[in-house]
Amino acid sequence: MVGQMTGKLMTQRNLAIALLVLALAAPWFAYPVFLMTALCFALFACAFNLLLGYAGLMSFGHAMFFGMAAYFFGHTVKEWGWPPELGILVAVLGAAAIGVVTGALAIRRQGIYFAMITLAFAQMIYFFCVQAPFTHGEDGLQGIGRPPLLGGLIPTRDDRVLYYVVLAIFLFGYGAIYRFIHSPFGQVLKAIRDNEQRALSLGYEADRYKLLAFVLSAAVAGLAGATKAMVLQFATLTDVGAAMSGEVVLMALVGGLGTIIGPVIGAFIIIAMQNYLASTGEFVLVIQGAIFVVIVLAFRKGVVGELAEWWKRRQAG
Amino acid sequence: MFELLGIPPQALFGQLLLGLINGAFYAMLSLGLAVIFGMLNVINFTHGAQYMMGAFAAWLMLGLLDVPFWAALVLAPLVVGAFGVAIEKLLLKRIYHLDHLYGFLLTFGLALMIEGLFQWKWGSSGAPYPSPIPGGVNLGFMFMPYYRGFVVVAALVICLATWYGIERTRLGAYLRAATENPALVQAFGINVPRLITLTYGLGVGLAALAGVLAAPIQQVSALMGTSLVLVVFAVVVIGGMGSIMGSIVTGFGLGLVEGLTKVFYPPASNTVIFVVMAIVLLVKPAGLFGQTK
Repeated sequence: MVGQMTGKLMTQRNLAIALLVLALAAPWFAYPVFLMTALCFALFACAFNLLLGYAGLMSFGHAMFFGMAAYFFGHTVKEWGWPPELGILVAVLGAAAIGVVTGALAIRRQGIYFAMITLAFAQMIYFFCVQAPFTHGEDGLQGIGRPPLLGGLIPTRDDRVLYYVVLAIFLFGYGAIYRFIHSPFGQVLKAIRDNEQRALSLGYEADRYKLLAFVLSAAVAGLAGATKAMVLQFATLTDVGAAMSGEVVLMALVGGLGTIIGPVIGAFIIIAMQNYLASTGEFVLVIQGAIFVVIVLAFRKGVVGELAEWWKRRQAG
Repeated sequence: MFELLGIPPQALFGQLLLGLINGAFYAMLSLGLAVIFGMLNVINFTHGAQYMMGAFAAWLMLGLLDVPFWAALVLAPLVVGAFGVAIEKLLLKRIYHLDHLYGFLLTFGLALMIEGLFQWKWGSSGAPYPSPIPGGVNLGFMFMPYYRGFVVVAALVICLATWYGIERTRLGAYLRAATENPALVQAFGINVPRLITLTYGLGVGLAALAGVLAAPIQQVSALMGTSLVLVVFAVVVIGGMGSIMGSIVTGFGLGLVEGLTKVFYPPASNTVIFVVMAIVLLVKPAGLFGQTK
């Protein structure tokens, strides 16, 4: 039993080291902007997955945090000339603040209603963004620029340099989620997910735990959105629309809900697919829809979940 | 003419009529969603796409086969409803034993596919559908296009007929019983799986009927149902899905609220329904007509 456990832990550690080496070497053989975009979406998907996988709450409106954070970042950096570090901080705090308000209301209902409420609030934010002057409507915030970080120490105009910054941000966000899930707080959250009545009867205030998970998820989604705006230098209505909320669900679903690495894999698959299929226009939507249907019908565990299952069967057999 | 709080009556009543029309669509769509959810335990995200398909079916019938509006009003819901039956038999049937979320995701994927295909074939700019009852009448306080008046009356009749069918007929009684306890109803010798299929077909047909009615008012386009379905979700959260009459009242009521907002504070007219939703969640989380569950 003990040997088995350490064996499993060793495999996990080796896998993590291999992935880290791969991540560090990646910009030398892959297109850095693609990698950075994928990392931003991976972080976004992890934030979504934190809520669904570990709190059992499916938000269908996570684009509101991602997109608003992108606008916050763009506005503070481009219009007000603030340093990007401060822009990211404002974006994360702003996303968290939106999370406090919408989360407090949404957790008053459960299950499918929760999904519909988050979707509706995201649509409200979207309509707001269509009209508000600071978003520049259909044009979006363009040409945010890439001012250097740390007062000029890090020249982010170089894509490879920026890549390592983005990787550091990703690892920070990912690490925060990992710590959160493996803390006593995360354990209580799982207990609430599995049986809310029991957790309540044990004296845990379920709503406070859910709200905190929601706000943390919103903040990490905001971090992802702000980083995306820093990399691609624009923020548009696409970032805040319902299709974006659906996309992050798809990423987590493809990778494997409730697995900690699944959403990362899912994000890379979906972003790679979008790059590959970009020329086909509307067909990207059709294919994404088809993937939803196929996964729900046949592969509900996602890539990572199915692989883990296969590995377990192989070990046993 | 008199003025009300500085608003000319033409503007006020014009917007109220528009609100009533929007409300008619909210009512018909949330009604279908509620009927489907009650029976299938699935929130039908494809509802907006099926509404769009209804409008498209009427438009294609007119363009290709010269089928007039009044025939399309019957034929289009039948065609789209049959499509719904096929979806239920092929796909939805397989996921009833799973968490509600999977039904939501599956129908969301279907909506993406359908809307993507229509967009690919016909583009996303709208096509006009000629009004079947052109002209209108000046009522003194406002100008009323005949067709718009017809839509409000037709929607009311459709909603009340659905209410009557479910609350007052034998088939409706089976339906309500099967919603409550499918196993027991099955034991009485009623074919529950067929009832479920029929319910989905009926809900989808209702969405398509709303789409046909909308065709002469809005442009017929691939994305006409996309944001509508999101508003209807908010309507459903506000009303709660427990009661048929509740869905109808909430739908029309929120349309009016939206119309009034357009008169008194236009920038908020897009978002007012979501604000109402937030208030309802604060005051009565189960929804105006919902039971706590």
